[in-house]
Amino acid sequence: MTGVPLSSSPIPRRSILIGTVGMAAAALASCDKASSSTSSTSANATSRTVTLSIAANAISGGKSSKEADWFAKYVIPEFIKAQQAKGVTATVSFQPSGVDDEQYKSKLALDLKSKSGADIVSLDGIWVGEFAQAGYIKPLKDVVGSSVTSWEGWSQIPEAVQANAAFDGNTFGIPAGTDGRVLYFNKKLFAQAGLPANWQPTSWTDLISAGEKLATLSGVTPLQIDAGTAMGEATTMQGFLPLLVGAGQQIYANGKWQGNTQAVRDVLTFYQAILAKKLEDSTLQLAAKGRDESFGAFAQGKIGVLAEGDYFWRSVINPNGGDAPMATRDSDVGWAFIPAMAPGKGVGGADYASMSGGGGYFLNPSTPYPQQAWELLTFMSSKAAILARLDGAAQVTARKDVNSEVLSKDPLLSFVSQKVLPLTHYRPGLAVYPQVSLALQQATADVVSGKSPADAATAYQAALVKALGGADQVTTS
Amino acid sequence: MSDHAADAAGLGRPRAAAFMAPALLLITAFLVVPALWTLVLGATNYRLTGLAAANPQFVGTGNITEALSDPGFGWSLWLTLLFVLGSAIFGQSLAGLSLAWSLRSAPKVVKAVVETLVLMAWILPSSVVAFLWVAYLSRHGGTLNAILQTPGTDWLIQHPMASIIVFNIWRGTAFSMLLFSAALSAVPPSQMESARLAGAGTLAQLRDVVFPHIRGHVLTNTLLISLWTFNDFTPYLLTAGGPNHATEILPVFIYNRALYGGELGYGSAISFLMLIINLVIALFYVRLLRERR
Repeated sequence: MTGVPLSSSPIPRRSILIGTVGMAAAALASCDKASSSTSSTSANATSRTVTLSIAANAISGGKSSKEADWFAKYVIPEFIKAQQAKGVTATVSFQPSGVDDEQYKSKLALDLKSKSGADIVSLDGIWVGEFAQAGYIKPLKDVVGSSVTSWEGWSQIPEAVQANAAFDGNTFGIPAGTDGRVLYFNKKLFAQAGLPANWQPTSWTDLISAGEKLATLSGVTPLQIDAGTAMGEATTMQGFLPLLVGAGQQIYANGKWQGNTQAVRDVLTFYQAILAKKLEDSTLQLAAKGRDESFGAFAQGKIGVLAEGDYFWRSVINPNGGDAPMATRDSDVGWAFIPAMAPGKGVGGADYASMSGGGGYFLNPSTPYPQQAWELLTFMSSKAAILARLDGAAQVTARKDVNSEVLSKDPLLSFVSQKVLPLTHYRPGLAVYPQVSLALQQATADVVSGKSPADAATAYQAALVKALGGADQVTTS
Repeated sequence: MSDHAADAAGLGRPRAAAFMAPALLLITAFLVVPALWTLVLGATNYRLTGLAAANPQFVGTGNITEALSDPGFGWSLWLTLLFVLGSAIFGQSLAGLSLAWSLRSAPKVVKAVVETLVLMAWILPSSVVAFLWVAYLSRHGGTLNAILQTPGTDWLIQHPMASIIVFNIWRGTAFSMLLFSAALSAVPPSQMESARLAGAGTLAQLRDVVFPHIRGHVLTNTLLISLWTFNDFTPYLLTAGGPNHATEILPVFIYNRALYGGELGYGSAISFLMLIINLVIALFYVRLLRERR
């Protein structure tokens, strides 16, 4: 041992030391790097080779399979072809995900935070505020330049839909469309329970009495109104908020959030009522994969009534490429408005309630090819590309020129676009909204786990005040 | 003290330091700096998104005091205690010891087969194992329901803590089994024989002959498995901390708050508390080990 020459050891030691200090410095710097991004809008604008990628919560053969296939079979090859014609060699890849929206959101936030990730990312409209405030996404005019306003598509996108990709008066991406929420019901089960095929409840009491009739059938869960934290935003969007609108209040109006109010307690009491009458399967509400399970159960004819967006009709029980295909969808599935608590009790005296949302595609501000990424984004949002994505199916897309061609083809989507969208409501586009939503989910989870609606509402208000950092924006009455 | 005893390798102080330096620097870079960094982050209101992601504010010990008064944290700590006690200290230790004990005199083939099966549970990747258990415990046609004739029972919802405790016993018993097998072979057969001749039953043999020999092994085993179990994240793959926080042990609690809820600062503060608890457990066992020797 003593004979080994050791004289060279100080040098690697010093370099390791420098490495250590460097790492620590990098870690310290990472905390406020969001403010220091300065990639030029004209970077690589004339490059002859381009590498781009797209990320969305879609995966071939799984979640939003059609969207994933559209990227692989249309967007990527067609865009490469168009670039080739201009003498540019483009390499475009799609980064699939097939997970819960909240997990996808965390992944994207981490990607964007570390200045990596895909050049074009798909985001839900309600995340735009918090991503923008964190500096993870930037206004299109800052990433691409003022030329963005000249895109032909803007004139085709209604203002309410453009809001899904905007925050604080700036546009961050191109919206993909919007949706509406309804009650889906299984007509076969309804016939067995002696309920009409053209069912339309006009109050929560109607909904409960239909559930009680369905409860007489064996092996059938009468109702599925999402609740609990495991369902994530679905609980808020499919369950709590449409009910709240039906109880006469919006979650955020005139600068104030609903705290422990009568309307909030009414909604929680309704959840408690359907659980107490065993009209809902509390296991589904709490299970880690409960939402997917509920989809499967509906497709197998084991759920009577389920509240969902038109996504459910298009992408879940669609016999042609859905996640939980239901071969008899067109003949067996009916739909109805979500009723207000009682006729005329909804916001603005409405009889029925719905909520709408929608996401879009956004540019990663760290993209090395801002001009080409914008070109790809507008290519994806062109009329031809959206028609290719629909592939004969219907959806409320962002573009009026597409909607006027496709919506009339599908009875549910005609209903949504003509009857539901006029009375719908949108979530507030504020950065704090996702935290409020989490508090609402927890309140429903508390009720499902046996807390009283009053206690759950009290705990909700405490969480709300904490998220807002004070009680001055909270309504309590 | 002679020079030789103080410096057994004969390197001299500078050379010995040079040998130690790379290891110490690596420990600094990958252990000390991240731990300190956790402390720094834990003193801010840093979030994954929103304004506090771009400009985190210093909040001092705010996160720590918040955690200590947060019923969610207390609940999570209690669940972690149950999980460690149930699945590691009692479950894996006892299962490992009884396997090792009963396999001592088993035929070679039986021993090989049982050991392989137990080892399999240990070496399979977590994600694969989680998939198997979700299928095993599933409400719809799950294997356990088929065996017990209890169709429609959702084990992960109706008995969430019991499920993850049994899961973790199954998952981690191999280590205790291996360690105890080795330890038992060090017990002198003559002493066992004398005990048997004197009419000692199995329990008496274990208590009076075996245990004094394997005391050190028991402590080492308990230390390692309780630390591993304390830090284990695999239950997340089965229940994601649900239903309604019923299985939210500390690592899952941190993940749910820090990444799912975006509260990175608060998550870091709790991580730091966890680090301290880890150190306390380790020190406790080390002390115990020294005294017993």
